[in-house]
Amino acid sequence: MLKKALSGLKIVEYGHFISAPYCAKLMADLGAEVIKIENPAEGGDEARRHGPFPGDVPHPEKSGLFLWLNANKKGIALDITSEAGRGVFHKLLKDADVFVANYPPLRSEELGIDYETLSKVNPQLIVTSISPFGQTGPYRDYKAYELNCQAAGGVSVASGDPDREPIALPMFQTYYQAGAAAAGATMTALLVRDKIGRGQHIDISEVEVPANNLVGQHLTTFIYRGLTGIRKGHQGGYFNYPTCCLPCKDGYICLVAPQVAQWKRFIELMGTPEWSKEPRYRDRREMAESYPDEVDALLIDWFKNYTKEEIFAMCMERHIPFAPVRTVDEVAHDRQLEARRFFVELDHPEAGKLKYPTTGYELSKTPVQLERAAPRLGEHNQEILGGRLGYTAEDIEKLTKK
Amino acid sequence: MYGLEGYRIIDFGTAWAGPMSTQLLADMGAEVIKVETQGRLDGLRMGRPIVGDDIAGGDEGKWPNLQPAFHALNRNKLSITVDIKTEEGLALIRDLIKISDVVSDNFSPGVMDRAGLGYDDLVKIKPDIICVSLSGVGQYGPLRDATLYANTIMALSGLSSLIGYKDEPLLGMSAVAYGDANASIHAAFIIQAALYHRKMTGEGQRIDLAEAQMGSSLMGEALMDYFMNGRVAKPQGNRHPYMAPHNNYPCEGEDKWVSIAVKTDEEWQGFCEAIGNPAWCRDRKFADAKSRWENQEELDRRISEWTIGQENNDVMELLQAAGVAAVSCLNTEDQYFDPHFNERQSHIEIEHPLVGVESLYGIPWRLSETPGDIHRPAPSIGEHNDYVFGELLGKAKTEIERLVKAKVIY
Repeated sequence: MLKKALSGLKIVEYGHFISAPYCAKLMADLGAEVIKIENPAEGGDEARRHGPFPGDVPHPEKSGLFLWLNANKKGIALDITSEAGRGVFHKLLKDADVFVANYPPLRSEELGIDYETLSKVNPQLIVTSISPFGQTGPYRDYKAYELNCQAAGGVSVASGDPDREPIALPMFQTYYQAGAAAAGATMTALLVRDKIGRGQHIDISEVEVPANNLVGQHLTTFIYRGLTGIRKGHQGGYFNYPTCCLPCKDGYICLVAPQVAQWKRFIELMGTPEWSKEPRYRDRREMAESYPDEVDALLIDWFKNYTKEEIFAMCMERHIPFAPVRTVDEVAHDRQLEARRFFVELDHPEAGKLKYPTTGYELSKTPVQLERAAPRLGEHNQEILGGRLGYTAEDIEKLTKK
Repeated sequence: MYGLEGYRIIDFGTAWAGPMSTQLLADMGAEVIKVETQGRLDGLRMGRPIVGDDIAGGDEGKWPNLQPAFHALNRNKLSITVDIKTEEGLALIRDLIKISDVVSDNFSPGVMDRAGLGYDDLVKIKPDIICVSLSGVGQYGPLRDATLYANTIMALSGLSSLIGYKDEPLLGMSAVAYGDANASIHAAFIIQAALYHRKMTGEGQRIDLAEAQMGSSLMGEALMDYFMNGRVAKPQGNRHPYMAPHNNYPCEGEDKWVSIAVKTDEEWQGFCEAIGNPAWCRDRKFADAKSRWENQEELDRRISEWTIGQENNDVMELLQAAGVAAVSCLNTEDQYFDPHFNERQSHIEIEHPLVGVESLYGIPWRLSETPGDIHRPAPSIGEHNDYVFGELLGKAKTEIERLVKAKVIY
């Protein structure tokens, strides 16, 4: 059996939708035991109702988002707000290393999953709390969904046309960023726990993580040089032409060329057209700032004769750093990802055999492993509550019914 | 006490992805030693200087210690200068790695191996070393040698194919270099996971992080839809699969917007009351979630008519009081002056010897007992040669002088 980097670690997750489940997923995929608690009265994690569903038919055991985010975990159905349920919950925590959840501060107190409460149950426990605005500050109790987190995080103003409404990055990127930050912070707390002799509270904000990590580098530039990082439609944020996305015969090509030599090689690839010899098309900063659309049109004239894969092949051969914009189906069949075994097939009793994306890193001694499909609601009640905590079948029936 | 006190990282990172991952660990107290050389500067050391009118020569690297992005991404780090192409330079680095925990790079695949600093070389001199390499598509595979940057990494990952307004030509661009930042935050996690494994078992290893693949991994929802239904996702603008209203709406001022997202009927009622229950709110077209979603374009027009002319923060406060998720769209300047960001120290001031007090973005994860901090400004190039070669490696002052003269320490 292959070794796992986090084997032996015990994590209890009371996560819903994306950020906390993603945090726990990162650790489960490295061998940590993750016990996911879902509230049966609410029908479990809301990701079960999000989809996508096979044939677009909603089914709580067939949501693609849920299946993907919760593979490798064990699941129990438990109402942690009932007295008996809380007793079970605390028993689980006594033996755990980490508790991770994504409810805002007030709701966390109501649920009894705030740090003050849980640190009394187990002072060694690391409690990772993810919320939109964090545990402190004037917006602490403001409500925010993904769209709002991207807005406050400074991500939205970076995408879209300059004179139209900003648009968020696709799907749920701030939740993933917050989940990854939470996993990183949790590892720091685990590495230092024996030195300080106790657990600690980790406060992750779904707004702050992107504000610091994705757009924070613009702050120092803003202080010294004014505002940068603002959207320019299909153009990017760099000073020199090209940084843009342009159409070709069968899709789009992404162009960047930070080094002037790269741009020169591309001009040569096009056969050094007459226009490229004019002074107007030699100053890359001027082209980016004053008439990028005009230059775009000249390039599109050439691009439209070739497919994106033809262009990519020609560019790679000449060390021109342009790349095709891959669509989802192309990602699913990408030969690079295939060579790196990015997709793994898992069988689920309800959803059947499906391919799942894994992750972006490989570890030579402790590889990421996708071994078990996501738990059905309450699938591991017997194993965890009965086998491990010693409850009788009758107790379990009472504890886990809706 | 710092969370990562006692860990030493030798960092060959340049530009963004590599340096940001080690910056996150340096904030937690790891000793990160940035290996540089005057012969080939980190691209972020090039450009116009932060202060002064003399801007000539920036692109040639005349002002390596005065670059704003460099200051942000390399705070808390030490800098040494070594020409690793010289035999003595390579020996110095190898001696340093013997007393270190992690070696990090984001060169093109093969560069570290050719320099004699690949995992197979290093494991011989430091059996439990952890080597982490960030690259565009990974250390092996048919596209291994593609030259990629943040934007093209996003393009290859598939994420760019979803950036744009619904039913319009693709935009495919963001001024956020997501491909790099996403790689960094995951790298900071996986390096620590490898440190944990080493702590438990004594075993080091090699980590191969592919940035484009890391981006593809955050499209699980779209990929699962493709595998389940053969559907190829397209740009949706700000549209949500079932929430409406769900958009950014125009407000008073230049490029000022407020995001409003409504999920439940309760939130919709709160919204209607907060805006004074105008007649259109009671229109059958907006009676339930499904009809609101189906008529969202008209809904967006109605809401825009209400938001336009108002301050976005006023809209935020009014609607939040009614239990509605309304939040202003903030740019860097807005964040810098925002009371919430200020109270949470989303930017931190540090004294830099060449420019005085400057603001850097804060620390994105908060630990109650070992919070980390910004304790040192970004290093001037080679600033810590004496500490690293003298104190850590025990070289005599005269020996260091000789190595400087020989352009080994360079």
